[in-house]
Amino acid sequence: MDATPKQKWSLAAVSIPVMLWTLIPLFWIFSLAVKPQSIQADNKYFPREFSWENFQLITTGTASNLFNPALVNSIVVCLIATVISVVLATFCAYAIARLNFPGKKLILLVSLAVSFFPVISLVTPLFDLWRNIGLFDTIPGLVIPYLSLTLPLSIWVLSAFFQQIPWEMEQAAQVDGATSWQAFRRVIVPLAAPGVFTTALITFFTAWNDFVFAISLTSENARTVPAALAFFTGASQFEQPTGAISAAAVIVTIPVVILVLIFQKRIVAGLTSGAVKG
Amino acid sequence: MSTVTDTPQTRRRDQHRPKLSDRARAERKLGWKLAGPAFVIMLAVTAYPILQAVWLSFFRYRLTDPDAREFIFLSNYSVIFTDSLFYQALWNTVFITVVTVAVELVLGFAIAMLMHRIVLPRRTLRTIVLIPYSIITVVSAFAWLYSFRTDTGYVNGWLNTLTFGAWDATFDWFGSWLPAMGVIMISEIWKTTPFMSLLLLAGLAQIDSAMEEAAKVDGATFWQRLFRVILPNMKAAIMVAVLFRTLDAFRIFDNVFVMTRGANNTETLSTLAYKQTIDRVEIGMGSALSVVLFLLVFAIALIFIRGFKVDLAGSK
Repeated sequence: MDATPKQKWSLAAVSIPVMLWTLIPLFWIFSLAVKPQSIQADNKYFPREFSWENFQLITTGTASNLFNPALVNSIVVCLIATVISVVLATFCAYAIARLNFPGKKLILLVSLAVSFFPVISLVTPLFDLWRNIGLFDTIPGLVIPYLSLTLPLSIWVLSAFFQQIPWEMEQAAQVDGATSWQAFRRVIVPLAAPGVFTTALITFFTAWNDFVFAISLTSENARTVPAALAFFTGASQFEQPTGAISAAAVIVTIPVVILVLIFQKRIVAGLTSGAVKG
Repeated sequence: MSTVTDTPQTRRRDQHRPKLSDRARAERKLGWKLAGPAFVIMLAVTAYPILQAVWLSFFRYRLTDPDAREFIFLSNYSVIFTDSLFYQALWNTVFITVVTVAVELVLGFAIAMLMHRIVLPRRTLRTIVLIPYSIITVVSAFAWLYSFRTDTGYVNGWLNTLTFGAWDATFDWFGSWLPAMGVIMISEIWKTTPFMSLLLLAGLAQIDSAMEEAAKVDGATFWQRLFRVILPNMKAAIMVAVLFRTLDAFRIFDNVFVMTRGANNTETLSTLAYKQTIDRVEIGMGSALSVVLFLLVFAIALIFIRGFKVDLAGSK
């Protein structure tokens, strides 16, 4: 259906409030992060002065002993959970897409069911168990429960991706004289890699977003960024941590937003292909 | 999303073959060898804690006093079901779920329609709309918390200007139940609408545009086309999106924890379970609450799948 110029412009006009609604809170966090402490509570949306003091406070200042380790923990925990999940899910999704075996549907249904578990329901028993066996407040103590978030998601999304791959091309390459290894490396890997990569991105975001496990199963050593944010305090006890929290929020948000900007199309495909009839 | 190489027909035929060939048997074995580890680990990290929670919920068990641990069978549950705190949390959770999913469905659909039709800033719009999805929920919660708080926020000032001074610029959004719930829901809606609209956009994209064109030629108005052609044809996508978001909204925790910590009766089921477990270290009671929450989510999923015939397996 071709749009008339009038329709074209009215749709463009409607898109402006939609984009504003999305961007206002984002710019607001940035605005709070660059407002110096003295005008932090001036109730103005736009900053009248710029300063890096909030960023200094959290990266080298008094709040750095809270933020820097949390950033490292977040990256380490999320990377480990993502790698484990995606590697396991790759084998699993490959089997589901290419092989005939009973229980395929069961695996997919269970992974879907598991991804809607109320996270807090896993926390109580794990809190008790982790304290007894010494996993409380450790990196593995977070990675293991994170698998319950990341593994079903990777299986589900990757299976959807793999089912769209024209696997016959592998045989076609072999018929054309390629060795098995060449066929795998030159044909299958390029076909499967985008799906695996996108799944890893989506999986990483999910782990990166976790708050419930992080505040419940850690106290100080393994605390991740979302949990640390909730426990920030100001430069002195008389100051609100608003600026510090906002600066930290900006730091952890920027890389993720950049990834979304670059891989927008793939992420959309990954998020929707598992959920909608293909 | 176009071609699926292994059609269900060929698969079914293979399964009904009376005797398996060696090759088929080897394939089954290999299938489980590859899929097994992921499946087993997934079950181990979820089923085990849930079963443990069921077991612990039968005890009076406080972490500070482990020796007094005592088997009391269903007493924790009878405490829960007679306590007004639980019903307040249940009501809040249901309220948030119903309102946010309803608003997101309308808003998400409008945005999906816009993304589907738009010509001009097409790519830009799609990218910007996706951004909240990637923002950590806690960050979204803080952004909205600071927007509405009287000491830092701009919202009161803007409302005051928009109403020519009629709006009280010192209005305390977190001082009473309804406004606090409102802000919590705004943050939730902002963060999760992109996911909803993406699922709906995928549904929209699959509607045969010729059908809509035909309705238009026959003189159907926009609303007639919307309710008679578009919506009925994307019912499956709508139901899946609503199911996903409902189950997700029902476990709301982050926004409530950051904004109110349950003050002014804004407790939800998840924050209540958290408080029992982590703040009060009442493992028995916390487990019972976890089990109740789990069963509620399970029931919602069943109602959707049985009652509304959401065909999840069919999406494969």
